[in-house]
Amino acid sequence: MEFYLVQALNGLASASSLFLVASGLSIIFGVTRIVNFAHGSFYMLGAYIAYTLVQALPTGAVGYWLAVLGAAVAVGLIGAAVELLLLRRIYRAPELFQLLATFGLVLVVADLVLLIWGPEDLLGPRAPGLRGSVMILGEPFPTYELFMIALGPLVLAGLWVLFHRTRWGTLVRAATEDREMVGALGVNEAWLFTSVFVLGSFLAGLGGAVQLPREAVNHTMDLHIIAEVFVVVVVGGMGSILGAFLAAVLISELNAFGILIFPEITLVLVFLIMAAVLIFRPWGLLGRPEGPPRTPAGEFEPPLRLLGRGFLYFCLAVLASAAVLPHLLPTYYIRIACEVLISALFATSLGFMMTVGGMASFGHAAYFGLGAYGAALAVTYAQVGTGLGLLAALGLGLAGAVLFGYFCVRLSGVYSAMLTLAFAQIVYAVLFQWYGITGGDNGLLGIWPSDWVSSPLAYYYLTLTVVAVSLFLLRRLAFAPFGYSLRAGRDSALRSEAIGIHVRRVRWVGFVIAGFFAAAAGGLFAFLKGSVFPDYSSIPVSVDSLVMVLLGGVQTLSGPIVGAGVYKVLEVFVNRYTEHWQLILGCVLVGLVILFPQGLLGYLVGRFGRSGEEWRGVDGAPAGGRAS
Amino acid sequence: MALLRVEGLRKAFGGVVAVDGVGFQVSRGELVALIGPNGAGKTTCFNMLNGQLRPDRGRVFLEDEEITGLSPRQVWRKGVGRTFQITATFPSMTVVENVQMPLISHHREVYRFTGRAVRLHRDEAMELLDLVGMADQAERPCGVLAYGDLKRVELAVALANRPALLLMDEPTAGMAPGERVALMGLTAEIVKSRNIAVLFTEHDMDVVFCNADRILVLNRGRLVAEGSPEAIRENTHVKEIYLGAGDGLRDLGRVCHPGGT
Repeated sequence: MEFYLVQALNGLASASSLFLVASGLSIIFGVTRIVNFAHGSFYMLGAYIAYTLVQALPTGAVGYWLAVLGAAVAVGLIGAAVELLLLRRIYRAPELFQLLATFGLVLVVADLVLLIWGPEDLLGPRAPGLRGSVMILGEPFPTYELFMIALGPLVLAGLWVLFHRTRWGTLVRAATEDREMVGALGVNEAWLFTSVFVLGSFLAGLGGAVQLPREAVNHTMDLHIIAEVFVVVVVGGMGSILGAFLAAVLISELNAFGILIFPEITLVLVFLIMAAVLIFRPWGLLGRPEGPPRTPAGEFEPPLRLLGRGFLYFCLAVLASAAVLPHLLPTYYIRIACEVLISALFATSLGFMMTVGGMASFGHAAYFGLGAYGAALAVTYAQVGTGLGLLAALGLGLAGAVLFGYFCVRLSGVYSAMLTLAFAQIVYAVLFQWYGITGGDNGLLGIWPSDWVSSPLAYYYLTLTVVAVSLFLLRRLAFAPFGYSLRAGRDSALRSEAIGIHVRRVRWVGFVIAGFFAAAAGGLFAFLKGSVFPDYSSIPVSVDSLVMVLLGGVQTLSGPIVGAGVYKVLEVFVNRYTEHWQLILGCVLVGLVILFPQGLLGYLVGRFGRSGEEWRGVDGAPAGGRAS
Repeated sequence: MALLRVEGLRKAFGGVVAVDGVGFQVSRGELVALIGPNGAGKTTCFNMLNGQLRPDRGRVFLEDEEITGLSPRQVWRKGVGRTFQITATFPSMTVVENVQMPLISHHREVYRFTGRAVRLHRDEAMELLDLVGMADQAERPCGVLAYGDLKRVELAVALANRPALLLMDEPTAGMAPGERVALMGLTAEIVKSRNIAVLFTEHDMDVVFCNADRILVLNRGRLVAEGSPEAIRENTHVKEIYLGAGDGLRDLGRVCHPGGT
């Protein structure tokens, strides 16, 4: 009994830190509508800076707590700099590009942290004055944990006072409700946004700093916490501080007790709870349904156009050169060419659901990883060949997409995207934790292709065939009645339902199709590498796919292919000259978003292609016989 | 036999009873207006008829078949089309594709993975566009249309599956006076030529009194009057609740525009 009480208290202590970070994310999102992916990085920076400050300042209680506070303030200032220098320039850019920019920050911060503090875990000192423990029902309980338990509710109360008893807080609440109206009433939005961002960053930094005595500071803290924070925000309800608190407590308690019952699958429990909450309350415990998104007047996406005969010849030419290419390249480059092809398929599958379905995914790697493991598990435990292995890849990917998609399509926009990330983390955790079956972080080795495709050249042709056929099918699908129905649901769910289209089901099918082709890419990748690791489902892989899509441009079907090519080639060459690929990629992303908010291909099409209004003159040939 | 029969419809939002015990009938070949001051419950009523909202009480019948509580999709399949107060179209598709979508859905081709959507039912879609006078703009993206044109596209979309009943929520809001007359004239023609029923809400009294065969008056969620435009115009109770003590209704619809009724 005593033991369970202590465990419950442990859960509460963890909840506080989680709540600090989640509330910051929620507040920032509420006002600026930016999902700050870098929020986990702010949390990590808080911990690292606190570590350094504690070393630098005189030992003792005053120095220690000054260091904690100083770290939070420093992170707040970093947040101010980020808002002023970066975000302020892109508030008008599409949502996903803002996200891409904050992804860029994640990468930059991750590499900088490695450069400054090194890769080793850093153990901070315990907090002066709170080093001891108290006896609770005969069990010793660390005093610091009691402090943590109190911190969460204290911050919650503080935020409540701030939001309900100050003019600034009233403005923040008003802006959360209707940002445009607040602007129209003459409030200085720029200043409001900056201050909100500073507050959010401060909270994240504080959340990281108070972790110092609880866990070793390490460079994986950022992505680890961001996934949990997304779960908390989705379960609690976006924009609700109290909801974030309740969800943080719920999730932390679940972890605290889950670890006793199912140490291997605590994340599955989290998933079950999240699923249950979302079925009964799709907007989270205390959230409210999002209003319909306001599309800026006069902005719309030009209709999908079938590209004419010229494009067909172009594709055939590309295909032909892809077929000849390996004969001109050394073996090493054949493998890279395979990787480029696989990335193109992976990115296009995501692009399909984003462009045609209007559904963003932050966790597309889930299906890539499931595909890879589907193949690897079939090879390892059933000794099947490459053909059946690839089928197994498709099967597992399909199963995952059917299950996760069911929940994701119940939400919309950013909620849905955050949920996809949470699911990807769950897949990652299962692959990582289920040691007996998946080999944990050692992965599964020896997943080599069968004899008929064992040579690099043969495998290249297999890859080329699968990828070319898949890309062709995805393209056909976009122009088929189903693709149009998917776009109809994206354009206007209200109208779609009013003409008999079951929008949720159509989106679900679209989601599953995207997952299916991602799994195909994953299966091919497994045989290419000869091994699989949980990393295939990790956030960086999801980010890769998103970057490739956004690089190419979301408004074009073939954009992701271009994006994948550019991205992979860039990666290979940068990796050759420097170890700081992440840092460079991050900077490139941030720069790209500022310079080309429509993606590369989107920019080129916009610059050199036809604009929407010229449509009047375009021929009215049936079935869009030709177009740009 | 009435095409649409509504009995004792009621809907409350929290403590506010938006619609309270509303019942009426609409027959084929009738253009019926549902009017009332702001907040009278017109749109709530509409939303219950096409399944957007589930009524707390009451029943809705279409040709004696109960459709209460069905989803908008199902109600649409039973033959009830709808246009919205703020037009709902697919801005990234061309005008003709917008009309092809309901035809694709009507023929249960939503989950077809093969073939090209733009080739399906194109002639039928063009006929509908011709009917509403939008054929010459068929290839333009819906997103660049003027608002009045969008309203006409939406009418073509709503007519696509040959509905028996068309619900039009403020069909002429945001249109120029000339466009209003033309659109309502067109609607009246369609009612007669296709022998369907149209139920519409409207704030423009000229449009209502010049076009409607019958008028239903809602106030504070209750049906307070029902009758021909002439009868409603003379109804003192309607005058009081609708325009206060004023005398405004007297002149309304006396001078109809050519092409109106």
